[in-house]
Amino acid sequence: MTDAVHRLENGGRIDRTQRLSFHFDGETMHGHPGDTLASALLANGVRLVGRSFKYHRPRGLMAAGGEEPNGLVRLRQGGRAEPNVRATEIILYDGLVAESQNRWPSLNFDLGAVNDRLSPLFPAGFYYKTFMWPASLWPTYEAVIRRMAGLGKAAESADPDRYEKQYAHCDVLVVGAGPAGLAAAHWAGRTGARVILADEGAELGGALLGNGQRIDGRPGMNWAAGIGAELARAENVRLLPRTIVAGYYDHNALTLLERVADHLLQPDQGQPRQRLWQVRAKQVVLATGALERPLVLANNDRPGVMGAGAVQTYINRYGVRPGRRAVLFTNNDSAYPAAMDLAKAGVAVAAVVELRAQAPLRYLPELEQLGIELLVDRAVLSVTGRKSVTGVQIGKLNEAGDGVVAGLERRIDCDLLCLSGGWTPSLHLLSQSGAGLQWDAAQGCFLPGPGRAAASQAVRVAGAANGDFGLQDCLTLGAEAGNAAANDAGHRRRGRGPRKPAADDAAAPLPPRPIWSIPGPGRNGGNNSGSNGGKAFVDFQSDVTAADLRLAAREGYRSIEHVKRYTTTGMGTDQGRTSNINALGIVAQALDVPVPQVGHTTFRPPFSPVTFGALAGGQVGPLLDPVRRTPMHGWHLAAGAVFEPVGQWQRPYYYPKAGEDMAAAVDRESLAARTSVGLMDATTLGKIDIQGPDAAEFLNRIYTNGWKGLAVGGCRYGLMLGEDGMIFDDGVTARLGQGHFHMTTTTGNAGHVLDWLESWLQTEWPELVVYCTSVTEQWAVAALCGPNARRLLAELCPDLDLSPAAFPYMTWQTAALPGVAGGLEARIFRIGFTGELSFEINVPAGHGPTLWQALMAAGEKYAITPFGTEAMHVLRAEVGFIIVGQETDGTTTPEDLGLGRMVSGKKDFLGKRSLSRSDSMRQDRPALVGLLTDDPGLRVPEGAQLIAGTNPAPPQRGQGHVTSSYHSPNLGRTFALAMLEGGHGRHGEAIHIAYDGRAVPATVTAPRFLDPVLEAPERAK
Amino acid sequence: MLLISCPWCGDRSEEEFSCGGEAHIVRPVTPQDMDDQAWGDYVFMRRNEKGVHFERWRHGNGCGRWFNVARSTVTHEILAIYQVGDDRPEVPE
Amino acid sequence: MTGPRHQPLAHLALAAAREAPRPDAGVTLRALPYQPSIILRGESGDAAFVKAFRAGLGFDLPLAPNHVSSHDEITALWLGPSEWLILGDVGPVAPAGQGRLARALAGRHHAIISQGDGRQIIAVSGPRARDVLGKLCPLDLESPDLAPGHCARSILARCGILLHPQPGGAYHLHVARSFADYAWRVLAEAGLEFGVAIASGD
Repeated sequence: MTDAVHRLENGGRIDRTQRLSFHFDGETMHGHPGDTLASALLANGVRLVGRSFKYHRPRGLMAAGGEEPNGLVRLRQGGRAEPNVRATEIILYDGLVAESQNRWPSLNFDLGAVNDRLSPLFPAGFYYKTFMWPASLWPTYEAVIRRMAGLGKAAESADPDRYEKQYAHCDVLVVGAGPAGLAAAHWAGRTGARVILADEGAELGGALLGNGQRIDGRPGMNWAAGIGAELARAENVRLLPRTIVAGYYDHNALTLLERVADHLLQPDQGQPRQRLWQVRAKQVVLATGALERPLVLANNDRPGVMGAGAVQTYINRYGVRPGRRAVLFTNNDSAYPAAMDLAKAGVAVAAVVELRAQAPLRYLPELEQLGIELLVDRAVLSVTGRKSVTGVQIGKLNEAGDGVVAGLERRIDCDLLCLSGGWTPSLHLLSQSGAGLQWDAAQGCFLPGPGRAAASQAVRVAGAANGDFGLQDCLTLGAEAGNAAANDAGHRRRGRGPRKPAADDAAAPLPPRPIWSIPGPGRNGGNNSGSNGGKAFVDFQSDVTAADLRLAAREGYRSIEHVKRYTTTGMGTDQGRTSNINALGIVAQALDVPVPQVGHTTFRPPFSPVTFGALAGGQVGPLLDPVRRTPMHGWHLAAGAVFEPVGQWQRPYYYPKAGEDMAAAVDRESLAARTSVGLMDATTLGKIDIQGPDAAEFLNRIYTNGWKGLAVGGCRYGLMLGEDGMIFDDGVTARLGQGHFHMTTTTGNAGHVLDWLESWLQTEWPELVVYCTSVTEQWAVAALCGPNARRLLAELCPDLDLSPAAFPYMTWQTAALPGVAGGLEARIFRIGFTGELSFEINVPAGHGPTLWQALMAAGEKYAITPFGTEAMHVLRAEVGFIIVGQETDGTTTPEDLGLGRMVSGKKDFLGKRSLSRSDSMRQDRPALVGLLTDDPGLRVPEGAQLIAGTNPAPPQRGQGHVTSSYHSPNLGRTFALAMLEGGHGRHGEAIHIAYDGRAVPATVTAPRFLDPVLEAPERAK
Repeated sequence: MLLISCPWCGDRSEEEFSCGGEAHIVRPVTPQDMDDQAWGDYVFMRRNEKGVHFERWRHGNGCGRWFNVARSTVTHEILAIYQVGDDRPEVPE
Repeated sequence: MTGPRHQPLAHLALAAAREAPRPDAGVTLRALPYQPSIILRGESGDAAFVKAFRAGLGFDLPLAPNHVSSHDEITALWLGPSEWLILGDVGPVAPAGQGRLARALAGRHHAIISQGDGRQIIAVSGPRARDVLGKLCPLDLESPDLAPGHCARSILARCGILLHPQPGGAYHLHVARSFADYAWRVLAEAGLEFGVAIASGD
């Protein structure tokens, strides 16, 4: 089996006995289990992985982890395609397909690269400066900008995979499974506390997997594997590898994105692709580590420029040789182990360029032994090469680090430049928790600040994230943090703790020399402009250079938040992980202020991109929202009903017969309800049982009309207002007993009304002895409606006297239905919403279908017609009954609807005082009217505006709008209801209805087109 | 996502609750005697504190009870939870 | 006696039960048949009311939040400081005052409201029952407050539930009748990873 050209003979955590095929930009390559896409590409000698965002410059891999700014690819194909995935985080699997992004026509020959040559035309804020005017051209500009500057391409078809959410609760959540996190989870776990350990990697160990450090006399990665195995066995510990902690919210609520199946060709049966965890932790330990910063110097973005730590990881973890001849450039200690690892891997190390005046002595003997040249107090001033590094230019900086002493000293040929600009603790999550950060001038980075935002954000930081960069500190302080967190969560260890691990190299590193931007080799050395040795990149993903930041400072930007938005630094998908500190340093230098004075930008979730699929979880498609069904739903389905969503309910809209369209079906149903008998499923109406000695007094305060005089056995229509005097709900309430009422509410508002009643009872009127209980679900309701309704019902309840005298309008009775379900007991209300002779028959919900079928069977001789919500709307509108939410919109008073007589003058009730506010008394308020178009066949759309003239062209002031519009077979024409300014006094006026560029003539009428067969509910006081 | 300690049910996630806005707003006893300004203040005007806010919450997907919460609008720290009808508790700013 | 009731999940549970049984399923769903139940309202602090309940049904009403007590086929679940769900046949509610509970409480301030037709109980059992619920419900299911003998109202995805833990790691989920179809479907979807078995209704 031949291996890839840059693969080492042995070493690393890859399985060389197995070969995986993958495809990058159409080319087939091979890697091994344990590889990432990035390591496999490097092993195959692929240097060029993408084109940059703005200038389309050739870019290669710089990092080995989640901070990678360049190696963004489109992973998978079809509906599973995902853009902007970091190659360093893609676990290689057999059959993987990925494409580079942001290039056309190909990665190697990209036309957009002309942007790089034209770069003087693209300064910071270019889009703001150029595409400002005229505003009407923005759509054109936007299309061009998006095509040229876009990053990635979304999938074109629906994602076939499942996503899930998962709640979890724990005592201690440890974020990061490097040395500090593993020690923390180990010690916390030993107390018996419920521990969750999450890490973005597939394997536990973090930096130990790549940096070659040793613990207790053996490789650190072996120590990590041992701890990991123990944690995996512990019942109280949950390990979450391949999991990114994305957000830190209030009261220790954190969201985690677990990549359940992203490392597989496709998810297993039933397995989600990704899972979003919502964790509530009593205590959090952040062991999020630190990220290595690049150094900012001319052409520091050429393929072959990499982080020193990344290079170590590629060698030690993946067995990849990332170059043939390397130069290392550093301002801190961490490049030295990298130099030695390179040499041992067979890479020629041409030089270590040390920015400080003093190199760390402890590394010098081994360096000398390996024959590596050390250049102290020197800098790499620029990089040569275009699609790959060909060499570096070396010089000496002045003491301030802002100028070059004596120009170029020499040039060294190499194909790999390893940069180490110091370490930035990953404090995104800590900052999201609300905690403050403080600047550490010696380390050149922010560290956790004193105190925290809220006691409920119980969080500790351990390891490199806390500025403890030495391995021994990570192990010791990590263990202490884990133990203390468990103690604070109420768990104490019994007996001795685990053995304390000891790092073989216990020395702490020397402080770095923070030089934020290396001056270029040109004559005016401080300014890294394009004409002076090449662009010096700060943010590689957003293509922001040191010159851009200085320009922003010269143009007057002072706040780092404004600099960020103007230059777009830190706004890529990497959230500025490698660039933020360098950008701050450069801006502080340009403004000549200390770094803390510039401050840092706000860290916001998510730390890493989270897919929409994971955010939606399983609540997609038919499970997007609950669909509520009545007990008679199956019958409606079988009858071919078309359904209408009303709130979450599915209600029959109409029941088309063969060959019927909606208009024909609704006409037939509306006619039947007025000429013979119709049947409607009214189960969805909200129903509230109200009991207690003060129930009548309570209703008196809630409704606009009086309730104390209602006799037991009676029903009454009521209007509910908010305290602002606007109609909130309506419905009929029946008195079941002296202290017992049955309230009905509108379908969509049932929950809100119960909340409303409870809020007044519990918080304002606790002295009232009343219980409110929802019984919406307990009762199925069939509304029988039409001239034959009484005759039909009499057949079902022979013992009930249905005569108008014995069972008048607005009363209710209980009755046995001997022929239905073996003698069903029903509550029958002689009320209705159609202005027709109606009975609403309530039975326990489980018997609803039986009742319905019995009514349909008995009604056959009257050609009983089931009708849906649309016919119901036609019928109620014919007699001028309103629908809350259709005629009303939260700004409507009873008087506006002509229901002023529903408002009691004798008692107080909720909202009453608002009815006498000056605005509620205005004569020109919109009021309910009827409309008849001159053309009786024309049905205007609901929402159409009412205008004074005949010209529909905007702009003009509308005088109102159509709220309901139907065709009525009973009237033989169309009709509408509308809210019209000062409408009560305008009956008979001509007006125009504007829509679709037309102005349709109509006459204003009273809002009643048919007289109800019996007195209307609101008259039944 | 807040963790709210319901006086009856203990610690539960914010998802189970609904916020009812500012607490300690008492409905006037004789609204008809009030002028438009005073009534409008009662109906519409609410505090918008940067700091401690006293507010009403209901455990709607739980025991259904209303209770009062003192919460910092800066840190979302819950400083006190108390019964409807109780006076505002002393809480650190 | 009235005839058989229509079961809210008849269309799903019965159809699914015709499939071959899955012995390897991680979670089993079962739609329980109709069970009579009432909502009882009264005041926890009203000693006479509490005493009358005991006199009528022979056991103490659970007064501690989210606790359950039961005796002789009757189970009382705490829903709120003035609200309980009583599962089992305590006699007819209407006409008023005829059931044995109503007779016992006569003269005490209280309310009894029929509920059985308005709810569906879904039994969730199997080794992964808790994991499936954990995908949909924000409660800390490992808490001792949710051991058998306790109950809690909460949410399941986007609908309200009453969770009643059972011995052996199973749960009874009470959902409002109209939400039964939704609750069943989200449970079945959440269980896909572990394999879902449908047990027959009785």
